[in-house]
Amino acid sequence: MAQKRKERIDRGIKVRAEDIFALTSYREMLYIAVPPAIPVVLLAVLPLLLPAYWQKVFISTAIFALLAMSWDFLVSVGMVSLGQALFFGLGAYASGVLDHYFKLPVWLTIPLAAILGGLLSTLFLLPVLRLRGIYFSMVTLVVPLMFERIIEATGIFGGTEGLTRLQPIGNTWLELYIVALAALAALFGFRRLMTSDYGLVLKAVRDNDRAVMGAALNIYWLKTQALFITASIGAFCGAYMTHLYMFVGMPAFALDYSILPIASAVVGGMGTFAGSFLGSFILVPLSEALRGIGGLRTVIYAMFLVVFIVALPEGIFHYVQRKYQQFERWVYVEK
Amino acid sequence: MGKNSQVIFHTIFTGERLLLEVTLIYGFINSVILALVALGFNLTFGISGVSNFAYGALYILAGYTVWILVNQVSMPFAVAAFLSVIATGIVGALLYRLVLLRVRGQIISEVIATFGVGLAILELFRFMGFTGFEYTLPPFSDGAILIGNTYVDHQRIWIVVAGIGIAVGLYFFTHHTKVGLAFRGIAQEEKTALSLGINSDFMAGLSVAFGSALAAVAAILVLPRGTISVNDGYEVLINAMAVCIVGGLGSTPGVILAAFLIGYAQMITDVLSGPHWKMIVSLVAIFVILVVKPSGLFGKQKELEERI
Amino acid sequence: MHSENQFEKILDVRGLSKRFGGVRAVDDISFHLYRGELLGIIGPNGSGKTTLVNLITGFVTPDSGKVIFYDQDITGWMPYRIAALGIARTFQMARPFTGLPAFKNLIIPLYSKRVRKLLGGKYGDRDSVSKDLLEEVGFERDSAVITKAAGSLPHGYLKRLELAKCLALRADLIILDELFSGLSIAELASILPIIEKLLAEGKTIVMIEHRLRELFRIASRVVVLNYGSVIAEGKPAEVMEKDEVRKAYLGTEE
Repeated sequence: MAQKRKERIDRGIKVRAEDIFALTSYREMLYIAVPPAIPVVLLAVLPLLLPAYWQKVFISTAIFALLAMSWDFLVSVGMVSLGQALFFGLGAYASGVLDHYFKLPVWLTIPLAAILGGLLSTLFLLPVLRLRGIYFSMVTLVVPLMFERIIEATGIFGGTEGLTRLQPIGNTWLELYIVALAALAALFGFRRLMTSDYGLVLKAVRDNDRAVMGAALNIYWLKTQALFITASIGAFCGAYMTHLYMFVGMPAFALDYSILPIASAVVGGMGTFAGSFLGSFILVPLSEALRGIGGLRTVIYAMFLVVFIVALPEGIFHYVQRKYQQFERWVYVEK
Repeated sequence: MGKNSQVIFHTIFTGERLLLEVTLIYGFINSVILALVALGFNLTFGISGVSNFAYGALYILAGYTVWILVNQVSMPFAVAAFLSVIATGIVGALLYRLVLLRVRGQIISEVIATFGVGLAILELFRFMGFTGFEYTLPPFSDGAILIGNTYVDHQRIWIVVAGIGIAVGLYFFTHHTKVGLAFRGIAQEEKTALSLGINSDFMAGLSVAFGSALAAVAAILVLPRGTISVNDGYEVLINAMAVCIVGGLGSTPGVILAAFLIGYAQMITDVLSGPHWKMIVSLVAIFVILVVKPSGLFGKQKELEERI
Repeated sequence: MHSENQFEKILDVRGLSKRFGGVRAVDDISFHLYRGELLGIIGPNGSGKTTLVNLITGFVTPDSGKVIFYDQDITGWMPYRIAALGIARTFQMARPFTGLPAFKNLIIPLYSKRVRKLLGGKYGDRDSVSKDLLEEVGFERDSAVITKAAGSLPHGYLKRLELAKCLALRADLIILDELFSGLSIAELASILPIIEKLLAEGKTIVMIEHRLRELFRIASRVVVLNYGSVIAEGKPAEVMEKDEVRKAYLGTEE
């Protein structure tokens, strides 16, 4: 009796595209060139087409994409941060403080805040790096929530009212394209990084850190580097938003900044960066569109998160990528 | 130095030890509350090794369940409380069966998934409008007793009595009963536990259920002090985690000690500088322990020693 | 102990002890290691062999005792510092970097500062060096095995990969924890010459083994452990004659 079974085979065009002779054919070249071009074109063109309100959403989306990608990066090294909000908040306040108290110009506060925020976060989390991964998750979850309450209690840096009347970035086009460029740089940068030897070593730390130590590599230093990269990107996002809205306050440490990037990465597909990118381009506009239902949004993306991580852990991007590269067919197998 | 502290010193030196007494007594109560809240989390997570970041949400869920049963179904409080504890335990078991079981072993997914569920529950309550002064639970008994020169209301006494009972009970449970030892077994050496005939999945589910039920008990004891608020859910999770980090995940004595250290530190800062600084105490405690002994006071992790 | 002065002492283990809870895993162990020899560490299960290796290579900190490598006291050092000195080890449960192809597994040791320093600056092409190394341990060059995901390698190849990781580190002292376990006679026959070649190149090797017949073919000396202590030391044939050793392995006749 013959049995049916599903088989997955690489598409013809994919195989042909991997060959050097692909250069002679437009179809194969397009097959390779189109996917990376999509985000570039999207980010270049959208700002021109969108009305003002949705332009702000666009910027938000790019920011969350950055947070999601940097989260994904940290997961690749084996650290699961439940507190992107920590990096975001520290960066937001750093640039707010540099602006408000030191009157530094925007083009200085943002990069400085990114580095400062990165350094502070890394220094604070340094002791946890030597412990089991779960401690890292717990501490990153708890600390931003505490900072929020501390600011409320002590009233420093503006307290519950926050720091207002900060400098804007200025030009709308700058606002849109700087962040778009940053998001693209992160997307392609991370993908490139993870295929380089350095990226392999980082991934190995997650896979088997004992073996990496036995190979004469200081895993704690490697983890510190990865943490600094993610924290700086998060701080950049915070600093950017501070100047976008010309305001920084307690909401900079809000849970949203921790949860939405995770949801984006999980829904879009962990480990691929393109997935995080895709995920945020789905969830953030969706969240805006659903603004009317208020608090229910958080419930919805929490549910998305749970459903995806339990039932569809590979995420949308992996699924799309698989469909793009392989096709399935039923095959009869003789018993 | 705040005005409060001047008053304390004045009163101490003039022989009136009232404020000191208040601090001691209420500090104790605060510590017991922290310990109560942390022990359930510790049971599931520290002792059995199963992540349950929906803990805070389950606490609040239990509270609202009692409220609904008492105020909308008109059940007597004791029955409602009992049902709520059972119900929360069942929700915990369901959480395990439907969510945790599928991602068992991948801590990352366990944490994210349970946190997501907790988030969904809490925000759902907030969305449905469960905020306001009418959401309170009745205390077990009204009235207050006099300890020394300080009045302490009955509810707080119940908290302390129950808290001590639970702590002692938990210690015996995890060290001297089959089920309790099984909980510890599955965290330490799952394969060995399996080969000894311990159904690891069932035990893990049971530990989540127990931990959830403990959260419900804590809720019923502690919530009558004020209104039930969704934000308390996050606060409970934060406090539970802070206490466990400081005390050392998995160590019941460590958690209790940490609860007292943090509880008293919070009380003292409250008296000296006002209630807003409570969070700072927790944060500082975490920071200090991370620098001095990262695995916690009685932490068994020993990560720094055994690098394997 | 007759003097071995013509050979350089590279490892000096003195009074190493470690308890885990109530169990004395390693109890006051001392021995020396000479350059260029192959020392076997044998003993029944649970005698503390792997713990001893963990103590030497920094994965576990000793309760007391010293480990001295050449003139350097490396007791309690972090594993990566010890590895950076040129001491490489394999793990009993050979677990490669499962997601990566076999040859990419070697990138990790090749990336270490030690290797970069030894070979002067940046590596040209780590990939081709990896493939050379794999060939040295018996992977057939240009075969599909090299690019297979390490997680799906058959057992014999996994063991070779572990060995290759030590070679990639350009280690002078290689500690092999049960390299022979699970290998077929044919695989053993092909691995033994590789080890002999390493000795000929001047490397010092320590092998924890259960398969004594094969070990004794290449080991110049063995140390026998039981219940965490050294019960005998010397040439393989001599050591196996001793009563204590027989008792440890076979049990007493009472």
